[in-house]
Amino acid sequence: MDASEVAEAIRILETDLPRDIEERLRVCLSGEEGNSREALKVIIENIGYARQRRLPMCQDTGTLVFFVKCAGSQDRVLDTIREGISLATREVPLRPNTVNPFTRENEGRNLGRNNPIVHFVEEGCEGGKVTMQIMAKGAGSENVSRSFMLEPDRGVGGIKECVIETVADAGGKPCPPIIVGLGVGGSLEWAAYLAKKALLRPLDRRTEDPTAAQLEDELLPEINSLGIGPMGMGGRATALGVRVEWAHCHTASLPVSVSVQCWALRRVSAVWDSSGFRILR
Amino acid sequence: MGFERLQDLEVKVLGSYRLRTVLEEADVRQLRVGDVAYLSGAVFTMRDMAHLRALELLRRGEKLPFELKGGVIYHCGPLIKGDVVVSAGPTTSMRMERSEPDLIGFTGLRGIIGKGGMGNGTREALKKHGAVYLEYPGGAGALAARSAKRILGVYWKDLGEPEAVWVIEVADFGPCFVTMDSNGETLRKKGKA
Repeated sequence: MDASEVAEAIRILETDLPRDIEERLRVCLSGEEGNSREALKVIIENIGYARQRRLPMCQDTGTLVFFVKCAGSQDRVLDTIREGISLATREVPLRPNTVNPFTRENEGRNLGRNNPIVHFVEEGCEGGKVTMQIMAKGAGSENVSRSFMLEPDRGVGGIKECVIETVADAGGKPCPPIIVGLGVGGSLEWAAYLAKKALLRPLDRRTEDPTAAQLEDELLPEINSLGIGPMGMGGRATALGVRVEWAHCHTASLPVSVSVQCWALRRVSAVWDSSGFRILR
Repeated sequence: MGFERLQDLEVKVLGSYRLRTVLEEADVRQLRVGDVAYLSGAVFTMRDMAHLRALELLRRGEKLPFELKGGVIYHCGPLIKGDVVVSAGPTTSMRMERSEPDLIGFTGLRGIIGKGGMGNGTREALKKHGAVYLEYPGGAGALAARSAKRILGVYWKDLGEPEAVWVIEVADFGPCFVTMDSNGETLRKKGKA
């Protein structure tokens, strides 16, 4: 595993939108009219143009979030990721997005204190193998994401209200049609982690967990009935999909986190094993 | 000056226009919510930090190092490599809502391009001073950069690459949808984003 391979994974991440997302956008086109339809057409044209020219589809190349499975040294993986980000920042290129939160100073490296954001996932690690899922999360959608600490009497209805309220208040700001990641249970930070992790699951496969699948099925039409539409200009396609992850939680708590994702859901999986490095799509 | 009505677009809208900076108030006043514009000339990228710095100077009675009268600002933090604009779509305009009314009043700018809509303060300022808010589809940064012909200048680079003011010459940049006009009309009726 070396930095140039991490940088190559980041290039694919930024320039080549996953096909399941593109397919959903194309399906939405026929349901829209007027300027909403024109905006959606530009969005779809941009996906092909960026892929063909190997250009970052969006100037906001995002905050990079890594979900890593590895049995060996985490420090070594972290060092390689940092080197890979430096390389990608120069070569893909990435916009230098990372700043000091207090002074707003930008060192131009996309690296900093406690950054990049790397989650080491414990389950399913195999010796000699590193699996990495990477997301590029833009600020437009991250800024409208929310966490709630509900009291348990709010129930499933309360969870749904959190989602609808978040999406309605977000309006056109997060670049709809959005994808909604919902994390339920665990704790404050665990719900937020699950909400983001949920966005890694493709939209073209039905969710196996029945509780999650039912919430996903019920929430999507409710969100789309808000009428926010492409870029918030009105229409049917407010969301392309909903993805839910959940965990058991404290008997007195009901943590809920809503991770709003712009249409440009950039995710990629990279694997290093005995046969070398490869990208999984 | 700088104003041409297009007849041949298939776009189902009220009207399509070709705009060229610098814009005149009389031209901008003709644009209506639902119209589509293609812009040529210079745009000034200005987002969070550039708005704050500009207002700090203007409120002290100082001049900006660039002229915005009749100009168009673009809520955008472009991705630049050397002298090439690689990707340059709009950023969320609502973050600039607290600054925008004063910036419009101080500078006499005529156009703002962004995404996601703006608030009532901006709506009132556009009406009072004769300016318009347009939206380019968010996330379509690669395609937007195709309209960027060259970089004419850069100011306040110490703010960092995304926050600096890049003066970019664009050709037929669009479609830019008018979502707030100078009559106080807005696409999103609730005044929310």
